[in-house]
Amino acid sequence: MTRRLAFALAVLVLATLPFWLTNSYYVNIASQILIWAMLALALNVLAGYAGLVSLGHAGLFGMASYAAALSVAGGAAHLTAAVLALAATLVASAVFALLSLRSTGISFLMITLALGQILWGIAYRWISLTNGDNGINLVSRPAPFGISLESPQAFYLATLAAFLLVVTAMEIFVASPFGASLCGTRDQPRRMTALGYNVWLIRFLAFLFSGLVAGIAGLFFLYYDKFVSPHALSLATSAEALLMVISGGTGTLIGPIAGAALVVVMKYVASAYIERWNLVLGAIFVAIVLFMPEGLVPGMLRLWRAMRRARRARAAAAHLG
Amino acid sequence: MTALEVRELQKSFGGLTVTANVSLAVKEGERRLIIGPNGAGKTTLFNLITGELKPASGRIMLFGRDITRIPSRLRAHLGVARTYQIITLFPGETLLRNAVLSLLGLSPLRWNPVVRLDRLASLAEDARAALARVGLGAIAGRPLGETSYGERRRVEIAMALAQRPRLLLLDEPFAGLSVEERRDILRLILGIPREVTIVMIEHDMDTALEFADRITLLHFGKVIADGTRAEVVADPRTREVYLGE
Repeated sequence: MTRRLAFALAVLVLATLPFWLTNSYYVNIASQILIWAMLALALNVLAGYAGLVSLGHAGLFGMASYAAALSVAGGAAHLTAAVLALAATLVASAVFALLSLRSTGISFLMITLALGQILWGIAYRWISLTNGDNGINLVSRPAPFGISLESPQAFYLATLAAFLLVVTAMEIFVASPFGASLCGTRDQPRRMTALGYNVWLIRFLAFLFSGLVAGIAGLFFLYYDKFVSPHALSLATSAEALLMVISGGTGTLIGPIAGAALVVVMKYVASAYIERWNLVLGAIFVAIVLFMPEGLVPGMLRLWRAMRRARRARAAAAHLG
Repeated sequence: MTALEVRELQKSFGGLTVTANVSLAVKEGERRLIIGPNGAGKTTLFNLITGELKPASGRIMLFGRDITRIPSRLRAHLGVARTYQIITLFPGETLLRNAVLSLLGLSPLRWNPVVRLDRLASLAEDARAALARVGLGAIAGRPLGETSYGERRRVEIAMALAQRPRLLLLDEPFAGLSVEERRDILRLILGIPREVTIVMIEHDMDTALEFADRITLLHFGKVIADGTRAEVVADPRTREVYLGE
């Protein structure tokens, strides 16, 4: 009950954000947080629920951006371009999964890293197709149902709609039998096989779901900047997404969102005040790893519970005394 | 009818032959005890029967059907369930969720990504019943991390029984338990109906003897003796190999 109330309250706050946060600069930052949160949530399906840490998700994310930008540049309508882009991302995810799911652990990480680097290499080097380092411009943002998304506020609300869709899908997924099966393959793959589960296929389908959500994030990333360059597919982007997941709380729903907010805020807000904001971000990560290795969200919950228990114990002691 | 038949099964790890030309046949409803010293290849034999390992040669027949080439996960669907010597449960979950995962493994529902698992009342009910069967009904909601070792051994058995197997493989179900706990688990195993064929690996002969109809003695991957309980116990090779006399 309280959970549902908190969720409704959060939606209300987020939906009214453009009305109380009048500075467009901050509305844009909010949009960025939502976009990165979608990517972090996508990665969390694998890193959190499947126990498979991918360092190639920027490849899938950027793949969607490039496919959509190229389709639009080739004369396709925005909707067609978006559908094509997501289809291409699904195909790429399937190829990623086929090659990387031969292993788990560090080998899985290395294979996804290599595959991500291949996509980055294509974006960077296949200049006749991708325009290389100069990237591709998008003439305009899409205008669904004739509503222009050119203003920061309208774009924010469209991104929020997609974000809420993704969060709801994640919530349903995690609570479903398939979600439970996926977590089972993370904890006891051997046992799961003996119980009759097809561990490989469960992981494969989870990879597709993860790739699709990464693709949705990639689309909004393109729409936001109206530009995409090879940097979107770089290892740095993959690592950043992974840091969001880990710092916020792997295998939780809120964690990756909190992690995305932390990184984006540091990047755009703290950098206005501190030149070496990367150093601050690094220090924060070190602090999280040292004091809340489970991530910010589970860590905070743990502290809060401990504090409540201590307060109750003190109250009981006072009562006795 | 023969529930399980193993014919001339071979398996080696590098130069070490762990299963050397093993043949045995277990009748439907039989209670078979497999004994042998450490490293005799008992657990390897189980892993071959469940398909976790592939034999170099030989055949495995389940109720007359050749399952040698059938993948491990499908053998569960054909009625093979097992427990592990080293407890292999889902540590972050409740006992109930552990049992639910076991039931889900054989249900087409496991692919469903949209219903809420905790709303599937009949699944939870069956899981509760499976836990009640091993005397854990009262603590079904407890996280596995807060249970004792003996209780976890029971969860292992509950998960295997929940799948209504035709062939149940118990790998040292008494390992690490106190005398009282052993007696309780033995009573539990003796209470399993005869529709279920049981093959059990056990070191503790004193506890396990009562269970066995027939006994197979393994040593260095070979079947040394195979016969009724009385025959194998009386066999001088048993004393020699197993009791170290």
